[in-house]
Amino acid sequence: MSSEDFDKHIAVEFFDSVKRVIQGIPCDLGNSRDELEIKLDRKYLLKIAGLLKDDSSTDMKYLRSLSIVDWIEDMEAVYHLSSVNHSNRIVIKIRVPMDELLLDSVIPVWRGADWHEREANDLFGVRFRGHPNMAPLILYDGFEGFPGRKSYELAEQDTFYGD
Amino acid sequence: METKAEVVKSANPDMAELRINMGPQHPATHGVFRMVLGLDGERIISVEPHIGYLHRGSEKLSEGENFQQITTLFDRLDYVSNFNNEWVYVRVVEKAMEIELPERAEYIRVILAELNRIASHFLFYGTYGLDTGAMNPSMVGFRERERIQEVFEAVSGARMMHNYFRVGGVKEDLPDGFVPAVGNLLDHLKRGYDDARDTLTESEIFIERTADIGKLSAEETLDYGVTGPILRAAGVDYDIRKADPYSIYPELDFQIPLGSHGDCYDRYMVRMLEIEQSIRIVEQAISRLPDGPIQSKVPRIMRPPEGDFYVHGENPRGDLGVYLVSKGGTVRPYRLKIRGPSFSNLMALSSMLENVYLADATVILGSLDIVLGEVDR
Repeated sequence: MSSEDFDKHIAVEFFDSVKRVIQGIPCDLGNSRDELEIKLDRKYLLKIAGLLKDDSSTDMKYLRSLSIVDWIEDMEAVYHLSSVNHSNRIVIKIRVPMDELLLDSVIPVWRGADWHEREANDLFGVRFRGHPNMAPLILYDGFEGFPGRKSYELAEQDTFYGD
Repeated sequence: METKAEVVKSANPDMAELRINMGPQHPATHGVFRMVLGLDGERIISVEPHIGYLHRGSEKLSEGENFQQITTLFDRLDYVSNFNNEWVYVRVVEKAMEIELPERAEYIRVILAELNRIASHFLFYGTYGLDTGAMNPSMVGFRERERIQEVFEAVSGARMMHNYFRVGGVKEDLPDGFVPAVGNLLDHLKRGYDDARDTLTESEIFIERTADIGKLSAEETLDYGVTGPILRAAGVDYDIRKADPYSIYPELDFQIPLGSHGDCYDRYMVRMLEIEQSIRIVEQAISRLPDGPIQSKVPRIMRPPEGDFYVHGENPRGDLGVYLVSKGGTVRPYRLKIRGPSFSNLMALSSMLENVYLADATVILGSLDIVLGEVDR
């Protein structure tokens, strides 16, 4: 995609600086409305995260959220990033195959990814390589199943009255 | 769940680590939150937070509701700033469906959301007084919050859980006498604010208790994704109302209070100064409140187009974000992710608590002003 095709919300300079920062890494650049969207293979995640955070022109120091979307045939991890010095925003999207739900943990880049990754593991069963503690966070110990997934039927659950 | 304190053998045979539970039923945890503290005498050497007691699966539940029904779930996230929550949700649907709002609706939303911010910060003021050992602030804080909630009840029919914001506008027009009632309310709030300032802000005991306690630098706050007053207390000028403006905020004149030390006292001070600024915003908005429709034309059955949409707004606690994934043509969201500010703010607790005195734990936890409904979702 060329710079001219871009939505009016994203400054061309920002698009160019992102292209410069991540050059050499195979990925798809696009725009998701007012956010710059990067689609890439999971093996480049940690590398691209570090580059986007450390370069002063992109300055993605703030990991806003990590969402998992269950597309049934595979899962998608969506990282929303932002800078606090300028209002440019980036979203990274990574497809994760169902037979190997594994991603690199981005805790070395943003410590705030810790609980987001544990939550993703609780609700969707996506595991993160290098995470120091993948214990259940918002579900209780011994909970069976992944309640965030599409295959999890809410109606099938019995009412829980405690012990 | 272990309820008694236990002594764990440590590497150093002369020193044993004492592990105690704080919570889940503890008045200073502001909800059902538990942490296991490892103590060496009076000092905390390890922290293990446990959350999830209030997990209701709001994200999963919203996949089974249509777009009008989901507002009720957002009321129950951060249950002391309901209007702010509803607002972020309806904005994400409005963004997806490209709905423009009538001006009066925008003004009503800003007035209610800012009053809600004041109510939330007054509640913080009261409970933080209790956390630091002062009784009186809770009387002042709850009294002022109750006055605001009376106005909310007149507007929406409920003190909390309003379910008043709608996609494309608000449920119904403001009641008769709303403008003079808010004018009267603001007079009371200003007096209440002065009371509050006299009892805590300049109290030497309170300053001793909070200054230089629970420090977080600007880099650390950002690294953890901490937002809101805690981030601004560390000196980072980031408020979504200014950084990524929405609604009519660009037309209003207000400032963003900033701290410089990133300690508990600065967090308290930032919130108190935000009350002043929010009163200014409400004054301006109420004086310019236009007449006209309160709801734009929206389809009765909403089917947002295919795509994903992320919207965030400045809540009293920080950056509330909603990520909506729509498959297009469906009446329900395919996925709705909620990024609650308290969730990320609470994550920074462990690093703040290490190597401080046990007595400061409640002071530091209180300064984060978490709401567990939003942490657990």
